[in-house]
Amino acid sequence: MRPTSHDVVFVDGVRTPFGKAGSLYAETRADDLVVHCIRELLRRHDQLPPERIDEVAIAATTQIGDQGLTIGRSAALLSGLPKSVPGYAIDRMCAGAMTAVTTTASGIGFGAYDIAIAGGVEHMGHHPMGEGADPNPRFLAERIVDDSALVMGKTAENLHDRFPAITKQRADEYALLSQQRAAQAYANGVIQEALVPVGVRSTELGWGLATVDEPPRPDTTLEALAGLKTPFRPHGHVTPGNAAGLNDGATACLLASAEAAAEFDLPVAMTLVGFAFAGVDPAVMGVGPVPATEKALQRAGLTIDDIQAFEINEAFAVQVLAFLDHFGIAQDDPRVNPYGGAIAYGHPLASSGVRLMIQLARQFRDRPEVRYGITTMCIGLGMGGTVIWENPHWSGKDN
Amino acid sequence: MSTSENTVAATPLYDDFDARLEQGLAMAEGEVITRAIARDIHLPHGAGTAVLISLDNGLDHRRPNTFGPGTLHALSRTLDQVQAREDIVAIAITGKPFITAAGADLGQIAKITTHEQARLVAQLGHGTFHKLATSRIPTFAFINGLALGGGLEVVLNCQYRTVCTTAAGLGFPEVFLGILPGWGGTWITPNLVGIQNAVKLIIENPMNQNKVLSGAEAYQLGLADAMFDGADYLARSIDWMARVIAGQITVERPEIDRSEETWSAAIKAGRRVADSKVAGAAPAPYRALDCLAAARTATREEGYLREDQGLADLVMTDEHRASLYAFDLVNKRAKKPAGAPDPALAGKVTKVGIVGAGLMASQLALLFARRLGCPVVMSDLDQARVERGVGYVTSEIEKLLAKQRISPDKANGLRALVSGTTDQADFADCDFVIEAVFEELGVKQQVFAGLEQHVRPDCILATNTSSLSVSAMAAGLQHPERVVGFHFFNPVAVLPLLEIVRGAATGDAALATAFGVAKQLKKNAVLVLDSPAFVVNRILTRLMGSVLACVEEGTPLEVADTALRPIGLPMTPMALLQLVGPGVALHVAETLNEAFGADRFPVSKSLQALVAAKRPGFYELDEKGRPFVPDEARALLVQGDVASTPEQVLTRAEDALADEIGRMLAEGVVRAPMDIDLCLILGAGWPFHTGGITPYLDRRGASERVLGRRFLPQGVASLPA
Repeated sequence: MRPTSHDVVFVDGVRTPFGKAGSLYAETRADDLVVHCIRELLRRHDQLPPERIDEVAIAATTQIGDQGLTIGRSAALLSGLPKSVPGYAIDRMCAGAMTAVTTTASGIGFGAYDIAIAGGVEHMGHHPMGEGADPNPRFLAERIVDDSALVMGKTAENLHDRFPAITKQRADEYALLSQQRAAQAYANGVIQEALVPVGVRSTELGWGLATVDEPPRPDTTLEALAGLKTPFRPHGHVTPGNAAGLNDGATACLLASAEAAAEFDLPVAMTLVGFAFAGVDPAVMGVGPVPATEKALQRAGLTIDDIQAFEINEAFAVQVLAFLDHFGIAQDDPRVNPYGGAIAYGHPLASSGVRLMIQLARQFRDRPEVRYGITTMCIGLGMGGTVIWENPHWSGKDN
Repeated sequence: MSTSENTVAATPLYDDFDARLEQGLAMAEGEVITRAIARDIHLPHGAGTAVLISLDNGLDHRRPNTFGPGTLHALSRTLDQVQAREDIVAIAITGKPFITAAGADLGQIAKITTHEQARLVAQLGHGTFHKLATSRIPTFAFINGLALGGGLEVVLNCQYRTVCTTAAGLGFPEVFLGILPGWGGTWITPNLVGIQNAVKLIIENPMNQNKVLSGAEAYQLGLADAMFDGADYLARSIDWMARVIAGQITVERPEIDRSEETWSAAIKAGRRVADSKVAGAAPAPYRALDCLAAARTATREEGYLREDQGLADLVMTDEHRASLYAFDLVNKRAKKPAGAPDPALAGKVTKVGIVGAGLMASQLALLFARRLGCPVVMSDLDQARVERGVGYVTSEIEKLLAKQRISPDKANGLRALVSGTTDQADFADCDFVIEAVFEELGVKQQVFAGLEQHVRPDCILATNTSSLSVSAMAAGLQHPERVVGFHFFNPVAVLPLLEIVRGAATGDAALATAFGVAKQLKKNAVLVLDSPAFVVNRILTRLMGSVLACVEEGTPLEVADTALRPIGLPMTPMALLQLVGPGVALHVAETLNEAFGADRFPVSKSLQALVAAKRPGFYELDEKGRPFVPDEARALLVQGDVASTPEQVLTRAEDALADEIGRMLAEGVVRAPMDIDLCLILGAGWPFHTGGITPYLDRRGASERVLGRRFLPQGVASLPA
C-alpha cells in the first residue's frame, strides 16, 4: 500500500541566545548548545513520549570537532532521547536548519515520520567558515566560479555592483532599522520566549548563564554605521554594521504531522505550504532568495501578493534589499522582519533557518489577519531557499 | 526540618575570625589555590540577580579542587564581598567540570606540626562555611560532580542544594583517613538526613572500602533538594534556584526522627561497625560517633566547636598520619610499581593459557577473560576436570548476569572466550600461559618443560606459586628468561595485590609483559625478589608462627589469638588460618622452615595435628555465629605450661614482624618498606591506620627494639618530631 500524504505542522521552535564568536560560548561545546535546545523542546511538550520522535536532523556547516560525529545522532544521545530515536547530520551552509526542516517535513508529508526534531548549530568561534575545506582547484582554474565566490563579503560587494540602486546609505539605514526593531522586540518580550538559557563556562570568569543575545547593538546610529570600515573592498559598501557577524548558536524545532499533533495535543504554530531551493551564480549568492521564492510560490499556486509576512535572513543588508527591490517592497515595510533580523541577532550559519521560523510563528500569532508568510535566506555557493507557511491563527479561516 | 531557620542574620562563629584567616595564610605556602570566582547571573522568572561562585583550581579533573588555608581565605573574602551587596537575591556555589571539591588539601594537612595549627585549619573551614549556612542572602549549592569530605561540607553548609544525577564520588572519606568530617559534616548530616543515614555516610561507608555515592543516591538520601541531568545541569539548577527565589517552588524536607531512642540505636550500630573494622585500635570512628551523638541536641555552633576539638585531636595522631601515608601508597606508589621495567618492552597478549582447571585456575580464567577480553584456554589431565573447570567459569558468568553486572551480550561473549582442553598443543598460539597446578616444585617443573614442546619461544610462562622458587622452576628450560612469578591473592576477584616475581633468569621483556598484564587485570603489582613465600605469605606465616608458639608454650588459644587486637588487623591470626586453610598454611610454613630454619619458622605440631585431623581450623561457630574452640579441636593442641600475658604475645608478634621485615629489606625482597606496606594493605587488607605495618612497628618502638632503627623517618608516616 502506498503512503498517503500528510499535512506538516511547525509545533514550536527554540534557540540558544546567540553569541559573538569566541566570546560568550568560547568554552562551551557546539553539541551542548544543540542538547540544550532539544531538551527544552521536550520539557515544553512533555506530553509527547520521547520515543515517538522519529528523527533528529541537525545541521552544521563545518562537521568536525564538536560539530562532528553525525551531530543529529550524537546530540540525540547526549540529550537523553531513547536510543531507539535515530538522527543524522545535514549541511547546506547557511540554510542548514532550513534544510533540516524541509527534509524531515518531507518525510512527515510522505508518511515516513510522525514527529521530527530539526535544527542547526554553528560555533563559528570553534569553526571559522571553511575550516578544513579543500576547494577543488578546478573551481578557479576552469573558472567554474569567480574567485570572489568563496568569500561571502565579496559576493555582497558584487551584489552592490549588480544593483547600483542599492547604496551603502540604504544598506546602513536598513541595518539601523534591524537593530531598532530587535531592541523593540526585546523590550516587548517577543524574543525571550524562544530562548533557552545555557550554562556557560569561562576559565577566567567562572560559570555563567547565557540568557540574552550578545551581538545586538541597540544604541547604534547611522553616523556610527557610516563610519565603519569596508573590509572586503577599499571604499566598498559592506561593513560589520550592515552584515551579520560571526556567531555561535543553535536552534531546534519540533515538527509533526497534523494527525500526530492532534494525537499528542501539540500546539500548531505554522502549517507548511511548500518550499523551494534554487541556484544562482555563486559570485552573487545573495540574490538566491529571489528565484527560490518565485519557484516556491509558483509550485504552491500563490503570488507574492498572497504573502503578508516575511522573515528573510540578513546575512547582508544588500541581499535583503535586492529581494525587496525585486518584489517592489519598501525597505521599511513593517511586514518584513518586524522583530529585527540577523544583522542584530547574529547569524550562526546552519542554525539560522529555524530562528526565522520562530520569528515568523510569532508574526502569525501577533497578526491573525495574515494567512501566508515565508522564511527565506541566501546560501553560500550561490543558492536561495524559501519555505511558505500558513497561519493557523488566520482570522479569515471561518469566512 | 524547615529551611527557614537557617536564614537568621549571620553572626560570626569566632570573634576574631578575620585575624585567624590572616594567620592561616602563613600555612598556605605551596598550596594549590582553588579560586572562588564570583560572577553575576541574571535569573529567569524575573527573580533578580544572583552571584554564582565557581570553585576552580585551574587544573583538569584529575587534580580536583581542594581547600587549604589560602583557598579558604579567598572563599571567605569573596563571601564577605558578595554578602555585603544589597542588589542580589541569591548566592550559589559550584565546582569545575566533573568536580565540586575533594575536600581538605591533604598535602597541607600533612605539614601540620602543632595542635594549634590543626585547630586553626578546623576553624578556617568552619568560619568560612558558617557564612554560607547563616547567610542573610539565601545560599545554594550545585553539586555538579565529585564532592568528598570538605567538598561535601561546603555544599551542606549552603541552605539549598541541587545535585547532578551522574555526579560520581559523593561521601565522607575522613574516617577512612583517620580524621572526622570537621567542617560541619557531623552536625549537619544527621540534622538533615537523620542519624541512621548520617552514621552510614560518616562511619559505615568510609570503613567499607571507602564507598561513595552517586548523585542519584545522594538525592535519594535527601542530601540534595533537587536533581538534574548532566546534559543541562547548570542551566536547570539556576532555573530551579530562580523559582525558589521567586516563590514558585517551596522546598520541603521530611521531618527527621530525633527521638533519643532512634539516635542512640544508630550510634550503637555505628559503634558495632567501628568495632568490627578496627576493634578500638583507631580513634577516628569513635570520635566521629561522639560528635554525631551530640548533634541531636547541640546547636550548629556547639556542633562546630566540638568538631574543632575532634578534628584537631585526630590530625595530631600517628594513626591519621599513617593513614595519609597509606593513602598515598595506594594512590601513587601502587600505580607506578618500583623497579618495573620499561612498559615499551611489554609484548601483546592476545590469548592466554591456564594449566590446571581447579578452583584457582577457574577464577583466573574468568578474570583474564573479563579484563583482557581475549580467548582463555584451560587445560587439565582429563576431560572431567576440564569440564568442571569450564563449568565453574560458566556458572560464575551466570551469576554476574543474574546480578545484572554484565549484559546478556557480554555473557555470551565471555562464554565464547573460555574453553577447555586436555591437549596442550592448543596453547601453541598463546602469548601468556600461567600454571595453577599442585604446589610442588617437581610437578611445576614438569608442566613448564611440557609446555615448551608446544608454545612459541617468546610465550610468557607464569606461575601462580605462593612459596616455591621461580628460578628453580625455570632451571633446565630452553628459555628460562620467559618465566615469571605471578602470585594472586584469594579471592582473586577481590584482592587487588599481585606479587610479580623476578627469577634469576627472568628477562626484562617477560617482566614488562607481566606488569602490562597486571595493569590490564586492574591489579596492583609489586615487584618481589624470588625468595621463599615472597612478601605477604612470609610475613603472615611469621606472625602466625609467633602466636602459635605462644599457644604451644601454654598460653590459652583464645588469649593468644586475641592478643593482637590492639593492632587492629582485619581478623585474628587463627581466623586467617581458617580462611586460607590449615593445609595451605602448613605447606607455606614448611617451605619457610626449610628455607630459614625453625627459629623463625617453627613447624607447629598443633597445626600438623589440625591438618591430620582434616579440620577446617581451630574454631567452630555457635548458633549465634560466634567462634568457639570445640573440645575436639582443643584436644589437638600440643601445649606446655608457660602462659604469656596478652601484652607479651603482642610484643613478641611485633618483634617478630620487625625482625622479619628487617631481614626482607636486607635481602632485597622488595625495594623499600613502602612496598612491604603496600603488599600488606592490598594483599592482606591490613588497615590504613597502621600504614600497612612498618609505621605501626615504628610507633610501637618494635623496630628500634629489634633493629636499633626505624623503618621510616619520623614524620613520613607519623607525626613530625
